[in-house]
Amino acid sequence: MIKVTQLTKRYARTTAVDQISFEVAKGQIVGFLGPNGAGKTTTMRMLTCFLPPTSGTATVAGFDVLEQPLEVKRRIGYLPETPPIYPEMSTYEYLQFVGKLKGLSGADLSKRVDYACARCAIADMKSKLLGKLSKGYRQRVGLAQAIIHNPDVLILDEPTAGLDPKQINETRDLIKDLAGEHTIILSTHILPEVEQTCEQVVIINKGKLVATDSVRNLQARARGAESVLVEVAGRTGAFEPSMVMQKLERVAGVSRVLCKQQVDTRAVFEVESSKGSFVRGDVARAIVESGWDLNELRPAAMSLEEVFLQLTGTEAVTQPETPVEVQA
Amino acid sequence: MRNVWIICQKELRSYFVSPVAYILLIMFGLIFGYFFWNALGAFVFESIQSQMSGRSFPMNLNEWIIRPLLSNLTVVNLFFIPLITMRLFAEEKRTGTIELLATSPVRDIEIILGKWLAAVLLYACLLLFTAVNFAFLFKYGNPDWKPLLVGYLGVFLLAGALLAIGTFISSLTKNQIIAGAVTFGVCLLLYVFGWVSGYETAAWARVLSYLSVATHIESFEKGVLDSKDAIFYVTVIFLGLFLTARSMESLRWRS
Repeated sequence: MIKVTQLTKRYARTTAVDQISFEVAKGQIVGFLGPNGAGKTTTMRMLTCFLPPTSGTATVAGFDVLEQPLEVKRRIGYLPETPPIYPEMSTYEYLQFVGKLKGLSGADLSKRVDYACARCAIADMKSKLLGKLSKGYRQRVGLAQAIIHNPDVLILDEPTAGLDPKQINETRDLIKDLAGEHTIILSTHILPEVEQTCEQVVIINKGKLVATDSVRNLQARARGAESVLVEVAGRTGAFEPSMVMQKLERVAGVSRVLCKQQVDTRAVFEVESSKGSFVRGDVARAIVESGWDLNELRPAAMSLEEVFLQLTGTEAVTQPETPVEVQA
Repeated sequence: MRNVWIICQKELRSYFVSPVAYILLIMFGLIFGYFFWNALGAFVFESIQSQMSGRSFPMNLNEWIIRPLLSNLTVVNLFFIPLITMRLFAEEKRTGTIELLATSPVRDIEIILGKWLAAVLLYACLLLFTAVNFAFLFKYGNPDWKPLLVGYLGVFLLAGALLAIGTFISSLTKNQIIAGAVTFGVCLLLYVFGWVSGYETAAWARVLSYLSVATHIESFEKGVLDSKDAIFYVTVIFLGLFLTARSMESLRWRS
């Protein structure tokens, strides 16, 4: 559906996107991942014909973004980083306007407006002025605007940025829901989002393509070893983390034990084991039998986060303002 | 053409949903009403004077009221045209909605024409306001309507040209104030370029004076429809819109 070859965007001094190539098959959800300023938005803008590439080509549904921009635009629904809304319009008027702009008219137009409203759960807000809507609703109106002409491809630039956790979940569900009908590219710098919503991931950093693979493969790539986090507390005052470490290292299958933090008579250890060996039961037994308390035992999050850090070599991936996932 | 109309409707909506259009209409009505009242007062005073002195002074409504008022109107334009055009592109660029327009299946030129057309239509509403004043002249006197019509056409063409320039300037910046101020400056300069012809006859002065939008309005004000002057304004309109199209394109290459 989308084919990008050697796509490059150069500005006067900087190269925002440097020879990126990837392909997206029909019906896929692709996560476009990278730290802020990696070139995600620029790439998306080139795909939507907002910016022309300096060199390289991109085709959407077989149409080149430079040669046949109108055909490309007809097949794309685009939600920019800030929803492009006119505050003085009501939701209904706005969707009517965008629908007409995308070539809809008559009964078809009102049908699609109703459909988009229902789909994005904004039917109650139809007569409200967009300027008075909350951020979450604006985002949904932005999504409704993107799907109004039933495009083949949806391009969503950070669709969950600035929403609260509940809204984030709703938006993700909505996107997953839409995946059946559209090919979706969504950009984000929040890693769990990609793990939860996308099948395929394209990682870029500083304008360069770092990896493109399925989420599953990328996770597997990182999971050479498995590890669990164990929190142990001493029952009596005497508590020596080194003793716990010795004990844990003796458990069969454990390859390495690290003391991650220690507070008073409690300590957290990361226990690594070779792939496929289930050590959790043995670890728990070893601790309890030695007379310590086992406060917590959970798998260490071997997630895309690590893959991402490995691949991009950056430390601060998740920005402070990114919504923290509420652990269920 | 359909797309032009869609954009135009949207622009007209935002003029008339916000207080912008009404405030412009009220202010324009007040200012022009005052001018009209003044011109009328002067006319009445002069005609009484000439009667008392026994001179047979041919007083003509067209000559005494309509012509100076149309001339005033072109000056009032200078203040109102920047107010009409300054938001056209600058606002969309600031709020990011330009991205919606630019990624929709419409041509740049359709967006530009739609916006310019909306500005022209709003200006036509202002002109309609002035017609209310002139209607009184027709009720209580009998001025010649043909020169008035030609005069209106001239003012309308002049406004169209300045609006095209304003549209272009608005497409250059994100800041409405800058767009408005620069448009005002450019319009004023284009207006006073003609002054050089008063003392200088060199080639450059003639070119400068030719470029002045005020030089070409004179024939219209006299009620003479001169194709040369009409073509001048149409050319400026084309130039303004063409430059806007170029500016939109460069926006894509630069931003």
